[in-house]
Amino acid sequence: MTLHLSFAVWLPLAFGVAGLLAPPRLAPKLALAGTLLVLGYAIAYVIDFDSANAGLQHVTDEIWIGELGIHYKLALDGLNLFLVLLTAILWFFCTLWASFGAWEKPRLFYFHLALAQTSVLGALLAQDLALFVVFFDLMLVPFFFLTGIWGGAKRVHATMKLVIYTLVGSLLMLTAAIATGVLAATGEDGLSFAFSDLAQRTIESSTQNWLFLAFAAAFLVKMPAFPFHGWMPDGYKAMPLPVLALFSAVLSKVAAYGFLRICLPLFPDASEHFQTLMLLIALFSILYGSAMAFTTTHARLILGYSSIAQLGFIVLGIFALNSQGAQGAMLQAFNHGLVVAPAFFIVALLSARADGSEDIRDMGGLGMRAPVLATFFLIVTFATLAMPGSSNFVGEFLILLGVFQTKLAIALIASTGVVLAAVYALRLYIRTMHNRTGPRVESRELSLRDGLVLVPLVLAILAIAVYPQFALQRSEPTVTSIVPSALEEKAAAAPLPEASP
Amino acid sequence: MIPFAKVAAPDVDFAGLAPLIAVFGGALIVLMLGLLRSRAARETGVPALSVLSLVIAIGLSIWQWGERTDLVAGALRLDELTLSLTIIFCVAGIASILLSWRHVAPREAAHGEYYALLLTSIAGMIVLVAAQNLVSVFLGLELLSIPLYVLCATEMRRASSLESGLKYLVIGSVGSATLLYGLAFLYGATGATDFKDIAEALGSGGDLVSDPLLLAGIALSIVGLGFKASVAPFHQWTPDVYEGAPTPITAFMAVATKAAAFGIVLRLFDVALIDAAVDWGPPLAALAAFTIVVGNVGALGQSSLKRLLAYSSVAQAGYMLAGVVVASRLGLQATLFYIAVYLVMNLAAFAVIVARERETPLGDDIASLDGLGATRPALAWPMTIAMLALAGFPATAGFIGKFYLIDAAVDGDYAWLGIVIVVGSMISLAYYLKVVAAIWMRPAAESTDLAVLTPGPEPLLAGGSDEATGLRAQGEVVAVAVFFGVLTVVLGVVPSPLFDVVRDAGAALGLL
Repeated sequence: MTLHLSFAVWLPLAFGVAGLLAPPRLAPKLALAGTLLVLGYAIAYVIDFDSANAGLQHVTDEIWIGELGIHYKLALDGLNLFLVLLTAILWFFCTLWASFGAWEKPRLFYFHLALAQTSVLGALLAQDLALFVVFFDLMLVPFFFLTGIWGGAKRVHATMKLVIYTLVGSLLMLTAAIATGVLAATGEDGLSFAFSDLAQRTIESSTQNWLFLAFAAAFLVKMPAFPFHGWMPDGYKAMPLPVLALFSAVLSKVAAYGFLRICLPLFPDASEHFQTLMLLIALFSILYGSAMAFTTTHARLILGYSSIAQLGFIVLGIFALNSQGAQGAMLQAFNHGLVVAPAFFIVALLSARADGSEDIRDMGGLGMRAPVLATFFLIVTFATLAMPGSSNFVGEFLILLGVFQTKLAIALIASTGVVLAAVYALRLYIRTMHNRTGPRVESRELSLRDGLVLVPLVLAILAIAVYPQFALQRSEPTVTSIVPSALEEKAAAAPLPEASP
Repeated sequence: MIPFAKVAAPDVDFAGLAPLIAVFGGALIVLMLGLLRSRAARETGVPALSVLSLVIAIGLSIWQWGERTDLVAGALRLDELTLSLTIIFCVAGIASILLSWRHVAPREAAHGEYYALLLTSIAGMIVLVAAQNLVSVFLGLELLSIPLYVLCATEMRRASSLESGLKYLVIGSVGSATLLYGLAFLYGATGATDFKDIAEALGSGGDLVSDPLLLAGIALSIVGLGFKASVAPFHQWTPDVYEGAPTPITAFMAVATKAAAFGIVLRLFDVALIDAAVDWGPPLAALAAFTIVVGNVGALGQSSLKRLLAYSSVAQAGYMLAGVVVASRLGLQATLFYIAVYLVMNLAAFAVIVARERETPLGDDIASLDGLGATRPALAWPMTIAMLALAGFPATAGFIGKFYLIDAAVDGDYAWLGIVIVVGSMISLAYYLKVVAAIWMRPAAESTDLAVLTPGPEPLLAGGSDEATGLRAQGEVVAVAVFFGVLTVVLGVVPSPLFDVVRDAGAALGLL
């Protein structure tokens, strides 16, 4: 069975362009068909995946720009497999969700949505540094338009802020990427940006440091992490909700994935050198995000700040620099994406029942009259707060286990984040589902149509909660191979979590 | 027989000169044709013939591709750099002829003269970038500049057009004079006017490289060429002249003049003066950095699109200068690549400005683009692509161009200049995205077709056709915008053909 990755990457765009040319009423249908096909592809990749293989699978390798040593190289491995699956799942359901609403200029809307999926998949699958940068920067273009054209109040201001923040990081990354390629090139081999070539060439430690910082800046802004989140509140308030769900659930993961794909393997010395700094940033993100999440009353921002905290956990796991931490980070990236998208969907449902308000003070008392909705929300809430039994619990457990082995103090403080998560997640649940019924709240049960989106996503959460090894097992060989080997030896004493069922 | 008549006439390779002859010949024929009484001949025949002569010149350039010879006793050099830049000038010329056709400027200046001047200017550019001798450098520079001074002032009834022409004349003359002074110093220091001899004199060792005469010559040449290429701090004329000139001429100046100036900068610095790189490298690097900052910061507050693009062109000149500074083959190729890309991006943008000047009474104000995404997608997309490309977004030619330049800068141990390029790009986002936001995120003006109801800012002229000031931009303007918009994306995805061209050009210079 040949499963060319190029198909998966370019299919959404092809359908998007077709939608642009078709009559407006066909646009959502075409977009759905495209995302459904990609979902089918992604499931086929997961089934076809050889979990014993730590290397690249389904490799497509062509020379794109020979003069600059840029390859068009796509491949799957344990690092990106589940993020690709996550992207495919969420894009399908968010497109479905979006198709419930009526958008102005629908053809353009679905075109940008499709372009976004193509660029995200491209960034995840790229096995060439320059190609990664191309797709990573390209992700921003559709979101710029999606926010700026179809966003809420003050959308232009918010869009500009979002784009300028993230592009400043991206452009730094561009310089660093070029410098990496040029500085790693040796006389005889010539310029190459392929990860496999770069990993074999060594870069001086002192150079690694500034390259690492440039990449880290780009990724931390995109996530966002604590001191780099200035664009987040405005951006989150302005984006249309289906777009926001994708942005929060998938794009932030691409940034986290960038750390694992680029920073750790290519700049191992710098990763160790800046380990404490990165762990502290992660720690502050957890504490700051949690604190903000249980003080703000805007439902979107609660989820936004909780994402900052959750991504703090992911960074924490990555910079534990051992395989437990990295495994936990991978799993948690998948989990968080799977949890936050339905959470945004529920916010949309709640807001529709509270006369359009997204302030939790205007909500409340829905639980009694809409028990099914409340049940689903409870499951999502429990997953968010990493209730034992959920996959998030396994993820956070692995992350903290990894950090305990390297930096005990940080791990101790970070573990309070688990408690804080319970506070803000339950607060959101209680304020919306219990309490006194809001003055303008109109309680309605989950409609069948909305169930089409919510039920499969919740089922996915449950599935991964029951059987997280499914993901861990497939990512383990690759994750182990990218963790810096020096620390790996130190950590080798601790047994890996049993991966086989 | 009189003694001085014995001077042997140089052997002229007419095949090598063919593109130049085509353009010059076109200029003469067009000038004559413009005298005909028939309106159709003047209004349609003249531009059509001008386009034809440029197309022929492009064809001849492609035919000559691969030739590397000296022409006219070493005054000019025929190689892939000359030929590729010739093609660039001709493409820019064709685009601005299409934008000028049915524009008010050629009607006021008489069609024959207008297009003949345009073609003469292109011929001057070809001479300039082919120049291999200090004398032909100056000859080419004047031949390209003087017609442009006139062209800027062709909208005789608009004060700002006259102002633009006069300003350009005065400042351009100062620049030319400075350059001439510098060239004289170079001759004085090296005793040669031929580039090869200059390079030999510098390469032979000795302390010529630190000769004050040579240093003064280099400094004055930098200043003189800096005026032409609008490198800060010699750029002050650029926004005023760009704003005042007829928009098709602005487009032509922005892309072709800049390409010509950089063509000769490449030849003069990276070939003739390559061994003096220690002298000009650091100051040129500083100028590049300064230019990038000044251009990008200057563009921030602009509300006129032409002024905005003028400042953006200053910034882009800084990027291109970075490729010159590294004095390597990679740098040369990157610069040439960027010149080509810059042409494509800017022509798309200027075509849209021309279209909107005809469609709205707002002129070239950013407000003229409000809501364009909803009302005129055929114009909105090219403008959006052009702005994103100028800002360096991926999947556009601008991204690859910038990638190549930064690559060259880092490779040539000017990593800091690469970072300056990036910082400049960050600043530039603010104004390029402002334009994109106006197109897609602002509501369309009350009535974009206002131009029909009230006469536009330019008075209708006797003999002018009504359709020229009509409400819709003419098809050829939209076609130019769409063509270059599409090309921007195509070159961003499939840049290999352009890479092949610049590699040939880089190999042709050989010295590096």
